[in-house]
Amino acid sequence: MIAEEQADQAIAEVLGRHKREKKHLISLLQDLQATLGYLPRKGMQEIAGFLGMTEVDVWGVATFYNQFRFVPLGRCHTTVCLGTACHLAGGRLILDALERELDIRVGETSGDGGFSLERVACIGCCMLAPVVVIKDRIHPRMTPFKVEEALIPYKRECRGGPEE
Amino acid sequence: MSKITFQNISGKAKSEWEALQNSVYILVGAATCGRAAGALDVIEAFEKELSRQGLEASIIQVGCIGLCHAEPLVIISKPGSMRVAYANVDPDTVRRLVEGYVAGDDPCLELALGTLEAEAGEAAYIPEVSRFEHERRLILGRCGYLDPENIHHYIADGGYGGLDKALKMPPDAIVEELRKCGLRGRGGAGFPAHRKWESCLKAKGLPKYVICNADEGDPGAFMDRVILESDPHQVIEGMIIAGYVVGAEKGYIYVRAEYPLAIERIEIALRQARDVGLLGDDILGSGFGFDIDITAGAGAFVSGEATALVAAMEGRRSEPRIRPPRLAEAGLWSQPTLLNNVKTFAYVPGIIERGADWFGSIGTEGSRGTAVFTLAGKVANPGLTEVPMGTTLRQLVYDIGGGIAKDKQFKGVQIGGPSGGCLPESLLDVPIDYDSLREAGSMMGSGGMIVMDEDNCTVDAARFFLDFSTRESCGKCTMCRLGTPQMLHILEDITAGRASMSDLDLVLTLAEDVKAGSLCGLGRTAPNPVLTTLRYFRDEYEAHIRDKCCPAKVCTELIVYHILPDRCDRACEHCVLTCPTEAIKGGKGEVKVIDQEKCSKCGTCLEVCPPEYDAVVKLSPVSALPAPEPAKRRSKK
Repeated sequence: MIAEEQADQAIAEVLGRHKREKKHLISLLQDLQATLGYLPRKGMQEIAGFLGMTEVDVWGVATFYNQFRFVPLGRCHTTVCLGTACHLAGGRLILDALERELDIRVGETSGDGGFSLERVACIGCCMLAPVVVIKDRIHPRMTPFKVEEALIPYKRECRGGPEE
Repeated sequence: MSKITFQNISGKAKSEWEALQNSVYILVGAATCGRAAGALDVIEAFEKELSRQGLEASIIQVGCIGLCHAEPLVIISKPGSMRVAYANVDPDTVRRLVEGYVAGDDPCLELALGTLEAEAGEAAYIPEVSRFEHERRLILGRCGYLDPENIHHYIADGGYGGLDKALKMPPDAIVEELRKCGLRGRGGAGFPAHRKWESCLKAKGLPKYVICNADEGDPGAFMDRVILESDPHQVIEGMIIAGYVVGAEKGYIYVRAEYPLAIERIEIALRQARDVGLLGDDILGSGFGFDIDITAGAGAFVSGEATALVAAMEGRRSEPRIRPPRLAEAGLWSQPTLLNNVKTFAYVPGIIERGADWFGSIGTEGSRGTAVFTLAGKVANPGLTEVPMGTTLRQLVYDIGGGIAKDKQFKGVQIGGPSGGCLPESLLDVPIDYDSLREAGSMMGSGGMIVMDEDNCTVDAARFFLDFSTRESCGKCTMCRLGTPQMLHILEDITAGRASMSDLDLVLTLAEDVKAGSLCGLGRTAPNPVLTTLRYFRDEYEAHIRDKCCPAKVCTELIVYHILPDRCDRACEHCVLTCPTEAIKGGKGEVKVIDQEKCSKCGTCLEVCPPEYDAVVKLSPVSALPAPEPAKRRSKK
């Protein structure tokens, strides 16, 4: 987790890079998320003040788009593709397996900050379906059984030791 | 400074291209999909091997030629020798290729996919790959053969020649060319391109804007991504011509933030176009100035709708609005705006360069030109393809896609993603064009095509698309916001065996209401997957409801896993040890039995059961499960 002071400084820097025009709201949010990995409440409040908008309007835009997250990502961010090809190849079962193995639900980050799990509509690698992306690495042609195996090195890396 | 002419630029590009042809070079398909298949490891291996053997050859990262199943794909070109394409290259084969063909004269034909041939003015092809016989590549023609990060490659191949010609034509003559050639917008709806261009040209008020819609949100479609990653300049050239025609000075490419490589390659392309004077003030001495910026979309399927896209660009929630006014009159910042899809812009330079008659001679009466599809799902050779309009679905699935993988039975093909429909075998001879597909209950859509086989459940597929539309509904129209979730609930009931036959009528009524009560394409087309599957696969719906049976054995609540006692090896414990919920009982020497209470239906036991036993089966309905036998103990000999 990023210390509060660092976050404040990052927010200030993000604001400094943009003009005070409402049309830049989405770019501001994207910039903030690129800097901190997520959109903290405080950051959205500051952006609202900066652009002279109400907080709820900023929240309304931020929650509209799939790209924005409101909790910090885990060290191993895991994305399961649920596009059409992945769904037809059993993507739902892969998601179930990931939830079970990581003991978190989709959209959550584990308590130790090791893993976060997200679903996406399509990453465009349909011929490799079903696909899971762990820490930016694409794992092709997954099965529920392979999920457990694929996670082992990441668990070691991101949790400081193998599970159980 | 002397005036920039196209001849200067083109001459320089051609000499650079010729110099490259007189050297050994290696093309590696490194679009997102190529990278996912390991292209970057292949590039590294080539670099290492070349330096180890002390050889000189340029390695060029190109886009995608559309043969997804062949990735990573490598093409080696040598002066005076044939250009050879190699499929599924891995770091281990790289050494052999370098020793054989880069250093020596052995083209390693045992590893080759084929030779690359090109006839003047036509797209390159590999004669050994039979699908090329059915293709006609107008906008994919350069994809995978040219360096997308080098504008000179594009120019040497005739690129920006269309712009050079266009700048010498009056704008209304260009609109007339578009009218004559019959180009329809490739975003899905098929609106005639010239009408949009003409209204924007005639609209009063400055400034005007040109927007390229690259917000490809259809899950299972990626052709816009491939075009932008493989040949971004043809899109940019099309946009500059559009700017010249309508009188805009500024263009935007609205592209999904999920496509980082596409964004990077467009950025490079724009920078290079500015550097050589094809973007900026006074382009090619015409007095016309134009520039393009990128806007990274934050991810919302509805942003693909033109008015919603404009709202997103203005920093607002991406909600569609009522038309009129059309964007041509009041678009971005309420100014006249021309918005087209990536592919529409990509066709323009070729049409200008080669004339309306050339383009109009391809395709069918009402749908001119070609169609670009991503072919995915259960086909043997998934990939990206461009075929003349009027090609049949059967040709696409069988001749280009290589038929159904693993000798399974074809069931249906979903065209147009969540807005489209699922067509059965009996409609495989339908020609692909805007009107025939609409008649069949589907639509051209953006070009995603997903093939389903006997192991796919059409009810589950319809549920999947409804789930997607429900999540992506912007919430503005009540019928879409509340109607699609109601339809989804019914479909969920059906897939869980909780529905009654009257629910089918209810879902049909709701579908009509959602269609009628929604403003934009997302809501109006959201019921299509349900309507088409119900029309063509009604027996599957009825089996779910009446018999509580999922014929494809997909819907988890209607299936059970069962271990056949006669086939179970008893000594083997693969399933017991791998079951994630410890639902399989039976010690060494015992027949294994699944505890249905604990079973999560993940299918791991089916996957790990050794093929020589093949003891795990899926059964549907649940009542097909035989009564448990008393456990027998028997020692194995």
